[in-house]
Amino acid sequence: MTATSANGGADWSIASIQAALGAKKVSARELTREFYDRIDKRNAELNAYLALCPERAYAQAGRVDGMIAAGASLPPLAGVPIAIKDVLTMRGVPTTCGSRILEGYRPPYDATCVERLEAAGAVLLGKTNCDEFAMGSSNENSAYGPVRNPVALDRVPGGSSGGSAAAVAAGLAVAALGTDTGGSVRQPGSFCGIPAMLPSYGRVSRYGLIAFASSLDRVAPFARNVRDIAAVLDVMAGRDARDSTSAAAPAPQCLAAIERPFAGLRIGVPAECFPAGMNADVRAKVEAGIARLEKLGCKRVPVRLPHSDHAIAAYYIIATAEASSNLARYDGVRYGLRVPGATLMEMYQKTRGRGFGNEVKRRIVLGTYVLSSGYYDAYYLKAQKVRTLIARDFANAFAEADLIVTPTSPVPAFKLGERSDDPLSMYLADIYTVTGSLAGITGISVPCGATADGLPIGMQIYAPAFGEERLLQAAHAFEQSQLGVRAN
Amino acid sequence: MKITREDVLKVAALAHLEIAEGEVEMFRSQLDSILSYIAKLDELDTSTVEPMAQTLDAGAGMGTPLRDDVVLPCAIIDEALAAAPDPAPPFFRVPKVIDR
Repeated sequence: MTATSANGGADWSIASIQAALGAKKVSARELTREFYDRIDKRNAELNAYLALCPERAYAQAGRVDGMIAAGASLPPLAGVPIAIKDVLTMRGVPTTCGSRILEGYRPPYDATCVERLEAAGAVLLGKTNCDEFAMGSSNENSAYGPVRNPVALDRVPGGSSGGSAAAVAAGLAVAALGTDTGGSVRQPGSFCGIPAMLPSYGRVSRYGLIAFASSLDRVAPFARNVRDIAAVLDVMAGRDARDSTSAAAPAPQCLAAIERPFAGLRIGVPAECFPAGMNADVRAKVEAGIARLEKLGCKRVPVRLPHSDHAIAAYYIIATAEASSNLARYDGVRYGLRVPGATLMEMYQKTRGRGFGNEVKRRIVLGTYVLSSGYYDAYYLKAQKVRTLIARDFANAFAEADLIVTPTSPVPAFKLGERSDDPLSMYLADIYTVTGSLAGITGISVPCGATADGLPIGMQIYAPAFGEERLLQAAHAFEQSQLGVRAN
Repeated sequence: MKITREDVLKVAALAHLEIAEGEVEMFRSQLDSILSYIAKLDELDTSTVEPMAQTLDAGAGMGTPLRDDVVLPCAIIDEALAAAPDPAPPFFRVPKVIDR
């Protein structure tokens, strides 16, 4: 990635950092410096980071170097440079959610995931760009400008966690946290050609995740390989008393699980996810991925997800309804922007009217509409019932199969500006990811090849809720099998 | 047509959201096409289906037990007020709401 790398120009992984720090080939402070140098060189072009926190990063790197000097055993993410999506709070570090309404806001507390990463030795470099309040699939809804896809600069990186995906894909961080509500980590992972994982709902605390849709939002990691995703997930996962929806299940041990021999799982392939007329490159590469899983000893079985076709409609009712409620808190009183008004109501209306961008306004209006008197049963209640049907589809499919494989996105990365005037067509592209979001299950997007133009294609693997160990074991085996035959 | 100009204005008022005059029609037509699409849910008979009120069912992931109801110190008043547009410690100041 860069000729000045202390790693001889190769890309760092968590394992190579551990080895280099242990052998004293590089210090954590030097490594931090290397990543800030890379960011200096590339960020103007990519717009992946919105804010950097070098003081905090170097202080943390210094603590790691102190541990090395003292001969202490190092925690699992010691010295690993990680980027944090700008919807996750970091105490004292600007946190805008990609919105004007929170411009200049510095939260007084750390998100639990941030706290746990730092406790494990990670060096947090800064905050990454995203669609405003995580609402979007292209990162074009950020108030601070779009992110460019490092694989093809005229293309979107995906969204909403586009900055985190671009940062990892461009080597401006070893791993990154995003958030995934309807595909906001998996889809940008597929667009940028890196693995990106959706943990089960309840697996990782949402404390400090600035809420978009509380029944769907998840903290979710990106890295350059599945092993590093496992390392980050293991550290973040587990019960947190500050999030009443975090599950009591003990944290998984994915890093240990991926080292175990992999064989013989049943891979469910839903016909609904491979319709006639789908993108030919996506079909071919995902089919080739399934064939590779079969070579690893998996058995392909047909499964059905009969309500997939209704998932987008249910998702956009539930997500916007929850958003309209969650975003009521931005009213010019407690934080962020205030636009003065003669009355309290006028102040609220002007502040929200000028502070929010169009996609956020669209979703607040839609969400308020579907919850409003006379429409609740027809829309919100109906969508919650369809959500039950979608969860039931997965339960039935997982009775036949251990894992389910689909494409991550129906299309590879599209061009900046190509879809920004047509919100419905943007929503429809979330078809493969919203189903798993609604069902609460876990999944991962892994690169499975590229188009003739070199645009990455992602294959999505789903596992039942709290099946992360088996999911990452399969994804790791798949990734290893692909190393010799990578398409680009 | 699913949604009228008056619907957009009414819902924006409910959401305390100012929408510029020039944008009302854009939002109306976009919401209209989204709501027309959403109407496809009517194809499904859900008369005997329970709504999904919790993402995790009670058994999954060993549930989500409540923590003990213990009061913990929370001394962040100064920091919280520091982020406010118009703080008047220990309060947030807003435009006058009485005697309007």
